Amino acid sequence: MTSAALLPLRWRTATVIARRPETPHVATLVLDVPGWPGHKAGQHVDLRLTAADGYEAQRSYSIASANDGTAVAITVERVADGEVSPFLLDDVRVSDDLELRGPIGGYFVWSLEDGNPLLLIAGGSGVAPMMSILRARAQALKPPAARLLYSSRDQASIIYRDELDGMTAATDGPRILYTLTRERPVVWSGALGRVDRVMLERIGFPPTDDPLAYVCGPTPFVEQVAADLVALGYAEERIRTERFGPTGAN
Amino acid sequence: MTDVVHPLDGNAAAGPLSRLFASDVTGAVVVCGECGREGALATLALYGRGTGLVLRCPTCETVNLRLLDTGRTIHLDLRGCLRMSVRVALD
Ligand SMILES: Cc1cc2nc3c(=O)[nH]c(=O)nc-3n(C[C@H](O)[C@H](O)[C@H](O)COP(=O)(O)OP(=O)(O)OC[C@H]3O[C@@H](n4cnc5c(N)ncnc54)[C@H](O)[C@@H]3O)c2cc1C
Ligand SMILES: [Zn+2]
Repeated sequence: MTSAALLPLRWRTATVIARRPETPHVATLVLDVPGWPGHKAGQHVDLRLTAADGYEAQRSYSIASANDGTAVAITVERVADGEVSPFLLDDVRVSDDLELRGPIGGYFVWSLEDGNPLLLIAGGSGVAPMMSILRARAQALKPPAARLLYSSRDQASIIYRDELDGMTAATDGPRILYTLTRERPVVWSGALGRVDRVMLERIGFPPTDDPLAYVCGPTPFVEQVAADLVALGYAEERIRTERFGPTGAN
Repeated sequence: MTDVVHPLDGNAAAGPLSRLFASDVTGAVVVCGECGREGALATLALYGRGTGLVLRCPTCETVNLRLLDTGRTIHLDLRGCLRMSVRVALD
């Protein structure tokens, strides 16, 4: 796929072909997008909703799936007073149509040719593009080493938990460290509290390994983690960030 | 205004900019006209949503790029940007 050949992007009609609850506040929608050209891990789509009176709302959602024909999965977290996310979670049904533009983005992307060890750091639904990266990586014959540090409020809010644990158990699977910010389980092998430098050192690679870091989640989360990585000696041009917006929950 | 505290970043401008440019420009290196910071367009702070977008330098907050898309006409104001270098795909 060469993105140059695809532009300009046009709005297409996508059909919801499956809906999977992930956590009490998160669901995955699998869309069938006729003519989908394929995508790179980390890219996103823009969704456009138009009301009967012509009012429009556009939002971006990361692609969570690896390339799989014309099927594209997005994972949506509820923003309680939000305009679009509650609609996607509560009102959209299998066989409904949505307007979509994509695949989009050429910066927060990963492909196998990047080569370097991968450090992925996600807060909340910021794990969606990381899942696309990990799923794409799992299809590779010789994947680079990968580690994921993933912050959630509590255990019930960990998205993709079973699949992630399954990946870890596989040969060449990623190493994963979960951290919880709002729960302290009695039995817990992960970390507790917000992502900090100690956690990043525990799970990360030494900067001399020239790792490639991807950070995604709520804006304050991304800014803090990126600053910590720089302080730990990671090269700034090796830290790719994507801000999802103002959630302060993770 | 929450926007002032928690801007998005240039990644979220990829869709709107794709209406104008033949290649993805979020990976383009933008040189700030005020402080000389060089970084990917994706790392600029994004304010606004929908038809009017403003991308500010994260170091000095100077507006590097403004995009106004009225549907029929796209206005791009680059006066705060010294240079934008885009790597294009080869085929
Ligand atoms: C590149 C990109 C990729 C994204 N990928 C995903 C994804 O994979 N999954 C996903 O769930 N979301 C993702 N988002 C966030 C998504 O685009 C929406 O911002 C989010 O769904 C909230 O939209 P809304 O219409 O429900 O809320 P809005 O009506 O936009 O907002 C309602 C209220 O919540 C605040 N708010 C806005 N956005 C957020 C937010 N993200 N978190 C918490 N509070 C917010 C607003 O300030 C406002 O007060 C992504 C954002 C970007 C820029
Ligand atoms: Zn500047």
